[in-house]
Amino acid sequence: MESYEIKEHDVLVIGAGGAGLRAAIEASAQGVSVGLVCKSLLGKAHTVMAEGGMAASLSNADPRDNWEAHFRDTIRGGKYLNNWRMVEIFCQEAAERVNELEEWGALFDRTKEGLIAQRNFGGHRYPRLAHVGDRTGLELIRTLQNHGIHQGIDIYMECCIVDLLKDRDRVCGAFGFRRESGQFIVFHAKSVVLATGGLGKIFRVTSNSWEGTGDGHALAYRAGAELIDMEFVQFHPTGMVWPPSVQGILVTEGVRGEGGVLKNSEGRRFMFDYIPEAFAAETSDTEEEASRWLSGDPEARRPPELLTRDVVARAIRSERLAGRGSPHGGAFLDISGQRDAEHIKRKLPSMYHQFKKLGNLDITTTPMEVGPTCHYMMGGVRVEPETAMSTVKGLFAAGEVAGGLHGANRLGGNSLTDLLVFGARAGFHAAKYSREPGDAAEPSKELLKKMEKLALDPFDPERKENPYALMADLQETMELHTGIVRTSDEMEKGLELLQALKLRGERVHVEGNRQYNPAWHYALDLKNMLCIAEAITLAALKREESRGGHTREDFPESSDVLQKVNTFIREQNGIMYHEHREREPMPEHLNKLMNLPLKKG
Amino acid sequence: MPETLFKVFRGEGAKGELCEYPVEVTEGMVVLDAILQIQARYANDLAVRWNCKAGKCGSCSAEVNGKPKLMCMIRMDELPLDEPVLIEPMRRFPHMRDLVTDVSWNYEINQRIRPLKPKPREADGTYRMQQEDIERIQEFHKCIECFLCQNVCHVMRDQQVQEFAGPRFLIRIASLAMHPLDTLNRMKELKDVFGIGYCNITKCCTEVCPEDIAITDNAIIPLKERVAGAFYDPLAWLWRSLTSNSK
Repeated sequence: MESYEIKEHDVLVIGAGGAGLRAAIEASAQGVSVGLVCKSLLGKAHTVMAEGGMAASLSNADPRDNWEAHFRDTIRGGKYLNNWRMVEIFCQEAAERVNELEEWGALFDRTKEGLIAQRNFGGHRYPRLAHVGDRTGLELIRTLQNHGIHQGIDIYMECCIVDLLKDRDRVCGAFGFRRESGQFIVFHAKSVVLATGGLGKIFRVTSNSWEGTGDGHALAYRAGAELIDMEFVQFHPTGMVWPPSVQGILVTEGVRGEGGVLKNSEGRRFMFDYIPEAFAAETSDTEEEASRWLSGDPEARRPPELLTRDVVARAIRSERLAGRGSPHGGAFLDISGQRDAEHIKRKLPSMYHQFKKLGNLDITTTPMEVGPTCHYMMGGVRVEPETAMSTVKGLFAAGEVAGGLHGANRLGGNSLTDLLVFGARAGFHAAKYSREPGDAAEPSKELLKKMEKLALDPFDPERKENPYALMADLQETMELHTGIVRTSDEMEKGLELLQALKLRGERVHVEGNRQYNPAWHYALDLKNMLCIAEAITLAALKREESRGGHTREDFPESSDVLQKVNTFIREQNGIMYHEHREREPMPEHLNKLMNLPLKKG
Repeated sequence: MPETLFKVFRGEGAKGELCEYPVEVTEGMVVLDAILQIQARYANDLAVRWNCKAGKCGSCSAEVNGKPKLMCMIRMDELPLDEPVLIEPMRRFPHMRDLVTDVSWNYEINQRIRPLKPKPREADGTYRMQQEDIERIQEFHKCIECFLCQNVCHVMRDQQVQEFAGPRFLIRIASLAMHPLDTLNRMKELKDVFGIGYCNITKCCTEVCPEDIAITDNAIIPLKERVAGAFYDPLAWLWRSLTSNSK
């Protein structure tokens, strides 16, 4: 057994995107010792990819907005599956968390009055997204980074966590390695915050970076925590589809927020044909009304392109299946006919640049080709709404890795705010927990030795499996069997294939040494990916209805019975166990918000 | 599918060699795709940093045919494919492994910059700022920290001046010094700690910036003027020496 680098902290935060940074800042403000682990360099996390903005009812752009309206929109967008208490906290605290960023240096686009400007987005009844052009995520992470580095937090860059350490029923640290040297590092901590983001990399077409391998979901699962709503994966309707090498890269919903329209190969604005009944009362039914809305008429209803992401993604797929898709299997997204070139370049500069550079296309004159791409995980670690603590003592989760807030479908703009609101809460409560009496023992030598062996197994020369090939096969399996539209036959086949992939996963072989060896990192990531791929498929198979991000061809309708339940997954005696449990009904003070009449301007 | 040859620097701690790999070129492919293809097919342990593959995170900086670039933002059809494509790590930073360099020095410099110290909020609890007053700083905030500007800067490459922050951090200081809410005077440290005087305005940084930030014209020159105004203007100097005792 080699000697390890050992670090002690009160609170260990795993993941340094928006949620992790915000958690670390808050925990540190409570006066405890905080370690922050990032898989990449600081400031490179997937948060930088967030484009459109962060939702908060600041009411700067429309005085009719308030937290209650935000609550209603979020629950409707989540198809009633959300944890209502989380949504309530979220909508009430959103504005304060966004405003606080200004004190730390963030510069949002401004209104004429000099206040934070807000833009329209899918599913939000009023313009609600604070934004910086189309690079809001970069502004968020850089602001938190440059504030966070002065708060006395110890930052471990390019460091991967292999597993959590537990003492009896509570978490007591984590076991990982430095990517640069390949040397192991052991963290002793009184509480741990998971802020590891998403898992898009288990699908072939995704907007996620290589880091999105569901590490936190899998770490929590293996530590005995419960996962919730794992069947709900968001396929963002507008990813790039051409050329092949950029397939899946995100095209911000801000394009539609700024007035962009979706057309099929016949030039028809097809979203008018897909307005769900529940949204008919607040959606334009003619192009004339939609164009009045764009020019600022408060009496006009929102254009159907701003329906929620699940609806738009399915509509694009239906058009393609009906033979009316774009040449490369998507739809046309056009902003050039709606806004002048100067406006487009000012409000959507990265989109302009991205298409010009990667697609050889000028979006100020030409429609883009777009199609669905795996974007976001609604499901995740089940947490207590107030404290963000999981079902394992001392283990907290915030941001994309946590579940419950977004229900069956997340509204655009709610993710960045989620990072702030629940990042801060997780950091606060993890610090508080770390001060509670109760002495967690140090991890045993045997446990560390076992982890070391598991981590080094891939170097065994007897093994033959190529991690890159295995990863590609996993992505293809998920794309085909548990993708945007699902059936029971496909998913049962998928589960069988996943078992076979898991066996191959045990034979993954890595060449070379431990120093900055991406093949080794992938080999360890694969263990997490295979675990959550199974959780997603199992949860999806068991929900026999269509709702939000979960679309079943064999059960196309939503079920009133299943609307009341959430799906839970946990490990039980070495087996992945699932169950449906009823949610506590929404209390009257929140329930009445669901029927608030639309205020006239 | 057409094939082209890549020569990729491989090795540890600056000791290494160019290794040759064939790459299958497909439509719309970027250089990072080629590197990932090599990694998956021939060199599983090829060390390379990358994250977003969309020009937003600034991780995949390297020298492509000798020019500092983000590998995810150069299309293969921009390169002459009848000759080998040369991929090397950034030269300015200590080499670690293959295409990965040690950029930790940048994080140390950033740590030394004092954070924003904002003025109090307005009576109604808000901050009021006009769009035209923040547009310049928003330009600086576009920086994705790819460190290509640090990599090419002559002051850093040739003179190896330790007390020079480099273009990336000069624009960061500019974004604070020009911030409508900031209350700190940052001129003294700009001169003494961050060495703005060393910059001789060759604009190499501006040329390589993948975000098209006018680093020299919009950040460094105005800062140089402010520093000159504060320290080298005889009237200001006289005023300071007369008033310095009263503090």
